[in-house]
Amino acid sequence: MNYKLIQNIAISLLLARWRQTLVAAIGVTFSITMFITLLSFMSGLNDLLDGLILNRTPHVRLYKEIKASDFQPIDLHSKNSHAYNFIRSVKPKSEKLEIQNSAAIIKNLKSDPRVLGVAPKVTAQVFFNVGSIEMTGVINGVDPEAENKLFFFNDYVTAGNFMDLKNIPNSIILGKGAAEKMLAQIGDVVQVTSSKGDRIALKVVGFFQSGLQDVDNIQSYASISTTQKLLGESNNYLTDLQVKLNNILLAPEVAKEYQKIYEIEAVDIQTANSQFETGSSVRSLISYAVGITLLIVAGFGIYNILNMMIYEKMDSIAILKAVGFSGRDVNRIFILIALSIGVFGGFLGLLGGFGLSALIDQIPFNTNSLPTVKTYPINYNPRYYLIGSSFALITTYLAGYFPSRKASKIDPVIIIRGK
Amino acid sequence: MSQIILEARGISKSFHDPVSISVLKDISFILNRGEFVSVIGKSGCGKSTLLYILSTMDTDYEGDLLIDQVSMKNKSEGELAVVRNEKIGFVFQFHYLLNEFSVLENVMLPGQKLGKYSPKEIKDRAYEKLKILGIENEANKNPNQLSGGQKQRVAIARALINDPLIIMGDEPTGNLDKKNSEIVFDIFKELADVYGQSLLIVTHDNEFASKTQRIIEMQDGSIIRM
Repeated sequence: MNYKLIQNIAISLLLARWRQTLVAAIGVTFSITMFITLLSFMSGLNDLLDGLILNRTPHVRLYKEIKASDFQPIDLHSKNSHAYNFIRSVKPKSEKLEIQNSAAIIKNLKSDPRVLGVAPKVTAQVFFNVGSIEMTGVINGVDPEAENKLFFFNDYVTAGNFMDLKNIPNSIILGKGAAEKMLAQIGDVVQVTSSKGDRIALKVVGFFQSGLQDVDNIQSYASISTTQKLLGESNNYLTDLQVKLNNILLAPEVAKEYQKIYEIEAVDIQTANSQFETGSSVRSLISYAVGITLLIVAGFGIYNILNMMIYEKMDSIAILKAVGFSGRDVNRIFILIALSIGVFGGFLGLLGGFGLSALIDQIPFNTNSLPTVKTYPINYNPRYYLIGSSFALITTYLAGYFPSRKASKIDPVIIIRGK
Repeated sequence: MSQIILEARGISKSFHDPVSISVLKDISFILNRGEFVSVIGKSGCGKSTLLYILSTMDTDYEGDLLIDQVSMKNKSEGELAVVRNEKIGFVFQFHYLLNEFSVLENVMLPGQKLGKYSPKEIKDRAYEKLKILGIENEANKNPNQLSGGQKQRVAIARALINDPLIIMGDEPTGNLDKKNSEIVFDIFKELADVYGQSLLIVTHDNEFASKTQRIIEMQDGSIIRM
């Protein structure tokens, strides 16, 4: 109805005290800026730390474990009798680590709609022969293409080209730590002995650095066929199937299912790396808490300023009521004032938050353990902007609601008579 | 052919804090269209309290109040605001102009709230009212650039903007010097005589009252002469 009039009055009241208004708006701007920057930065760091492990870890890993059978033949006998058997010192059966019928399993996995991709792997315990010294190590036989597609292999190959694993026969990408110990350069040939005693010469085509020193000292990569050859196994010998799912949250359920179907060990990422999830959720909880505290403090600032404004404008409110403005009109005027502070300050805060994040994104951040990271990580998730802006509106609305309710209840008689 | 525009039926009011004091005792009177009435009485006799009840701003009373033959009892705060906006023009002892707005905008405010006319018409009407009061040249100034007498005239213009049924004044000349008081009185007189405007003015200035058409005199919360 007369919304425009209410708007005009609100604007006039705002502009009449523009310095106060500005202080309130800056309070909102500052808190939104800090909220967004803090969350973007924190979650950028979180993603980085999580990615360090989670990117490189399959959501579900299928493998065969050497273990003693859960079921002993004597159990068949003792099941129906009153006797009880004790068997001590049960030993695992001599079995290969090979996944049986791996080709069929891979085919099956790939047709599962929940599965993003499958990367097969062969792990081999080896010794590197450096002069007269033997160094232990692990060679992972991988399909470089699948490994890169699912686990960002290329990000961790700091020197050389990862596709050379496939293109150059008998090639190896050495872990950075291992390479340093062996003083190996790209193009050098290293001698590798398998656990069975077979010796093979591999050409170094690159270095690999994951950021986790323990991994870099031990792990090296070769192609699947090279590793199979090293182990003297046939070309369908695979020890691990690494499955990446479309939705990581399904991993525990899917792992259980696969374990049953394929009669094989399956471990999900949540079980394998539970500490990372806890860590990152606690970190984001802290940053949300700090951010929301900032916003609430800003809300109290607005509340104070509006409260003061209402005390100053008592007479004006009384006269507005005397000439026919209802309590609701007065209420709306002050809510509108609060919301305009919120919208204006909040909008600048969004811009400020984006700007500050972009600035942090430019600050160099070089660390040996993180070869792919050159600047501080920032997560530009639109969700933070959404939370920031809606929280700005909610806090300013509440900060305006109580003072304006008070204003709407002012009795004009008392003020006018009080003069 | 007089027409009743305001009727008080047995209005009583008492304050209960800290002890019960009866401020108004069974006040009844009638106001006709076009009358220029003054209410006089000593300080504390309840004349301002009565005026606030009559203007619908104070709703804590017993008895009944009829404006334009409609009872004001049991009306909501919002409905009373509409009545004040449409039917009552108020002039206070202190001018109560909003310093955030120009003189013209101050006059226009109640008109904009009423929303009966287009913005342009409201502006024209505001100019017209300012012209009647002889201050059309100050229209675009800020209220705090005006003298006390001018401010009070702006307040009267604001009271007039919606062509109210009645103008109520609470000591409108109380803060003015002799000369400005006379100017304001002349304006009221002109409004009553030329435009047939009904006025109800509370004052303790007996000279002012003696020049009005009808005097209601109050003492200790009761009307002793009307």
